[in-house]
Amino acid sequence: MKTLDARGLSCPEPVVLLRNAMAAGEQAYQILVDNPASRENVTRYAEHQGYHVTCTEQDGEYTLSIVK
Amino acid sequence: MDLRKEKTSILLAGAVIGIIASLLVFFGNPANMGFCIACFLRDTAGALGLHSAAAVQYIRPEIIGLVLGSFLLALGKKELSARGGSAPLTRFVLGVFVMIGCLMFLGCPFRMILRLAGGDLNALFGLAGFVCGILAGVFFLKRGYTLKRTYRLPVLEGRLFACIQVVLLVLLVAAPSLLRFTQSGGGPGAKHAAILISLAAGLIVGALAQRTRLCMVGGIRDLVLFRETKLILGFVAILVSALACNLILNAATPDTYFHLSLAGQPVAHTDGLWNFLGMLLAGFGCVLLGGCPLRQLVLSGEGNTDSAMTVIGLMAGAAFAHNFGLASSGEGPTANGKIAVILGIAVVCAIACLNTFRKKDA
Repeated sequence: MKTLDARGLSCPEPVVLLRNAMAAGEQAYQILVDNPASRENVTRYAEHQGYHVTCTEQDGEYTLSIVK
Repeated sequence: MDLRKEKTSILLAGAVIGIIASLLVFFGNPANMGFCIACFLRDTAGALGLHSAAAVQYIRPEIIGLVLGSFLLALGKKELSARGGSAPLTRFVLGVFVMIGCLMFLGCPFRMILRLAGGDLNALFGLAGFVCGILAGVFFLKRGYTLKRTYRLPVLEGRLFACIQVVLLVLLVAAPSLLRFTQSGGGPGAKHAAILISLAAGLIVGALAQRTRLCMVGGIRDLVLFRETKLILGFVAILVSALACNLILNAATPDTYFHLSLAGQPVAHTDGLWNFLGMLLAGFGCVLLGGCPLRQLVLSGEGNTDSAMTVIGLMAGAAFAHNFGLASSGEGPTANGKIAVILGIAVVCAIACLNTFRKKDA
């Protein structure tokens, strides 16, 4: 599983990170974000690409697990 | 929230925002300018004496409402978060040039939609430039453009910008003699809805934009970059509802709310090339900033001090634009304005390149 740290990045950089990682062909990802807008954007994009997303929150930071 | 629900809520929010924008003109705002973030920040800068263009000086309560609406909703949803430190000075400079681009065109991306909804065909040249500017920004985003991370800041830091808006409101209501106002009949600054109406409109739109993450630049950017249609639905909904409301007002009142033409449009000029280049600069700069001027106001309300810095850059840009004769008028663009827009495109290109291809320096 590839881990991406997108905490603190401006919109839409977290999604671009995930998009570029997906282009490299991994099957599962974990992505860290720190605001609700990024969480929504990443979730929407991953689901649109046919992945399943689960989210856990701790202290204002979100860990999104993204698997096929 | 699932995707269908997100899309429905942004469509509804866009429809409400379009109606509010159209009604603000009915209540006294300048024509095709129910909302214009660039114009309203410029008017506010003028009221504070940061520039002395007598025709455009008034503290616009819509701006105050937008920030406070976003602040209050973020507070209620526990989304308020003090953050900053992602290249604030670069964001300031981008803000300055985005404003110079907007004042070449005479409107921010939001007003560009409202100008289209009022039948102003010059805005089509602006829209074409805006799309090209966004494509330029997307080119760099795809290749790894970033202004690096934001960091958590002390709680007060994230609330100061909202506090400043309250101070502006107090000044407007309680100490107007300290401020500068456009004389009645002296220009767009003299045309405004009553303070309470403007403030309420700003609060509602700020809250809706916070809730839906509405962004004029994000709509086209996400469509190009990810084939994602959520944000552009908001853009389209504003256009359709403002157009419908303008047509109704046109039929029901003696005033003109819709007039399909190039010439004779309110607070607009007919120079297609410079309308195009002005919005190209604005669109390019906004992609590099991560959102349009409206989105920057909303983010600053949520506690993002980088966005607050961008808004201060926008206001400084407005002051420069009027102090150095860069802003267009109904007569057309100025020679100084053309030089500033070309310079702006060069500076924004340089910022994009240096933050895309030289990242190992950090």
